[in-house]
Amino acid sequence: MATTDQEVNELIKREYEHGFVTNIESDTFEPGLNEDVIARLSGIKKEPEWMLEWRLKAYRRWLEMDEPDWAHVGYPKIDYNSISYYSAPKRKEDMPQSLDEVDPELLKTYEKLGIPLHEREKLAGVAVDAVFDSVSVATTFKEPLAKAGVIFCSISEAIRDYPELVQKYLGSVVPHGDNFFAGLNSAVFSDGTFVYVPKGVRCPMELSTYFRINAANTGQFERTLIIADEGSYVSYLEGCTAPMRDENQLHAAVVELVALDDAQIKYSTVQNWYPGDEEGKGGIYNFVTKRGACIGKNSKISWTQVETGSAVTWKYPSCILRGDNSVGEFYSVALTHNYQQADTGTKMIHLGKNTRSTIISKGISAGKSSNAYRGLVKFGPGAEGARNFTQCDSLLIGDRCGAHTFPYIESKNKSAIVEHEATTSKVSDEQMFLCRQRGIDPEQAVSMIVNGFCKEVFKELPMEFAVEAGKLLEVSLEGSVG
Amino acid sequence: MLSIKNLHASVEGKEILKGINLEIKAGEVHAIMGPNGSGKSTLSQVLAGNEAFEVTDGEVVMNGENLLELETEERAREGIFLAFQYPVEIPGVSNLQFLRTAVNSMRKHHGEEEMNAAEFMKLAKDVSRQVDLDPAFLKRGVNEGFSGGEKKRNEIMQALLLQPKLAILDETDSGLDIDALKVVADGVNALRSQDRAILMVTHYQRLLNHIVPDYVHVLAGGRIIKSGGRELALELEEKGYGWLGIKDEETADNAAN
Repeated sequence: MATTDQEVNELIKREYEHGFVTNIESDTFEPGLNEDVIARLSGIKKEPEWMLEWRLKAYRRWLEMDEPDWAHVGYPKIDYNSISYYSAPKRKEDMPQSLDEVDPELLKTYEKLGIPLHEREKLAGVAVDAVFDSVSVATTFKEPLAKAGVIFCSISEAIRDYPELVQKYLGSVVPHGDNFFAGLNSAVFSDGTFVYVPKGVRCPMELSTYFRINAANTGQFERTLIIADEGSYVSYLEGCTAPMRDENQLHAAVVELVALDDAQIKYSTVQNWYPGDEEGKGGIYNFVTKRGACIGKNSKISWTQVETGSAVTWKYPSCILRGDNSVGEFYSVALTHNYQQADTGTKMIHLGKNTRSTIISKGISAGKSSNAYRGLVKFGPGAEGARNFTQCDSLLIGDRCGAHTFPYIESKNKSAIVEHEATTSKVSDEQMFLCRQRGIDPEQAVSMIVNGFCKEVFKELPMEFAVEAGKLLEVSLEGSVG
Repeated sequence: MLSIKNLHASVEGKEILKGINLEIKAGEVHAIMGPNGSGKSTLSQVLAGNEAFEVTDGEVVMNGENLLELETEERAREGIFLAFQYPVEIPGVSNLQFLRTAVNSMRKHHGEEEMNAAEFMKLAKDVSRQVDLDPAFLKRGVNEGFSGGEKKRNEIMQALLLQPKLAILDETDSGLDIDALKVVADGVNALRSQDRAILMVTHYQRLLNHIVPDYVHVLAGGRIIKSGGRELALELEEKGYGWLGIKDEETADNAAN
């Protein structure tokens, strides 16, 4: 109906809240990428020789690789020499030793973003590592974590302080040559987060990283490595925002998770990078490789993501279920509106016996956006008794958006069981009429209906994130339904 | 309370209502009867503000306010309630959350304090028992997997919660067995009050045995062709719509119900 479409459009026009730019002095590399740039980057970070070698190897490999073109997205060709590969807030002295030494402007930015970085986070019990452009700015709660033996620091620190762990696991899940964007990340990653949870330790608090792209024409290439040793447990959250800029910005992260025997990792993301304006101008290209390896028996890796931002998303958080009886889970809400494009999903690679995986994907498309689920469920010859359950639901808002589902199943084991359910629905005029007839505002009605649609995923999020995710959907959806 | 004058409305360019005139005062119960396709449901939808229908002429005034200028949700907050003939499902949204959002939207509009979850839970449980619905229904998705009868009882429960000024019941009796009909009728009778009007739209007269109307109107071809008291409904039951010169294929089935 014409009227409701209008409402939808008005609702969509709500502005991006995190679009401010912080005026802060930065050291930023000239755009361009070559071996010298990588050496300079490695030098600034005071990296050991082996790390530089690792990067250069990745770089040389990357030069031979092609950018993937199979995803259901379209964007102009990226000139990788027009991007700056390093930008860091300038510091008066050396590294800050405590929060008090962090630039107050920066702390203000995080405050604006609603990130609890100071004392408040003690109440929330969240330890935060904040990555601003290319460097890790502050890591809170180091002490109580250290008491439990948990290492939670920037990846740069880890390279210096825990080289054995880094050398053993970095690239073990996502190798250099895995894909074009992972290769680029391996060459130029500037910072990120490192977590190690020792044997038998249940991490005493949720760990969290907040990413923010601030400087113009920079790419953000963070690298996250989480290792859960035997019988340990950790829950990790990440959030992302960026200022509004007319140019597109590249974000190519790599996240590797390693779960040993009986270990569990729960990884939650709320991604709200700048999606571009309503004409589709600007926004973040979010080309991310996230993968977890359940290398130990009875281990478990669970991905939960709420993706509402970015102009283009290319992201498939996956699980390699190598250990017998290991479990992989993927819970996803991906929302696109205006001209946003998302091609996202997961891969569940069953190698061990009795491995199990669950995929619940909820795609919501509004405006003129395109939203694709792409998933692979694979059973190796040794995956005796393995099973997967997949549920893919799409919700369309308005009639100018698209939803696509690309499920792939490969089985080399006859005993494996796959269940796949898929639905596509619309926020119907009847539903809207019912809500409004009961006195409910159209905006509130849309958000209620969409939240209902996402319920199965939201319940997997840690409490505070679930609230944030709900609000984020509300904001992202304003004006989108009829 | 409600004054409808020369109301014309169409859907997809086809005129359905062709000049409705009706006056309803507070405290009154009106029944609109008529064969299928006469425009009964359209009238209820138009009053509630369904945008699928276009009002082409006439006016509707409620308590001095031009209803046709108000948005659907504004009409609801002014006290118009429509019990749907086919209530739609909203998967994943619990009945409780839906109802509390609705009640609080109304309260906010009237400058009253919003109810917290605990207060509302208590109220909702009491009201659900009134229509013989297990309070467990409150936790289920809105109309999700409800039987026809449960959906209708759920509608009446909402009316009891929202306490409207004008309750429009669109074929609330359809698809109900006799026991369920009794429960629904009791709920509607509980709604009757000096400052509330009820407009019942029904094909059959059997509902009127349980909810006795003050006035009965016969709608045919988009116009009210006859009005009278309770006895008009009984006469219709006896003689069928044909008595008024109206064709109705379903009249023959009436006796069976």
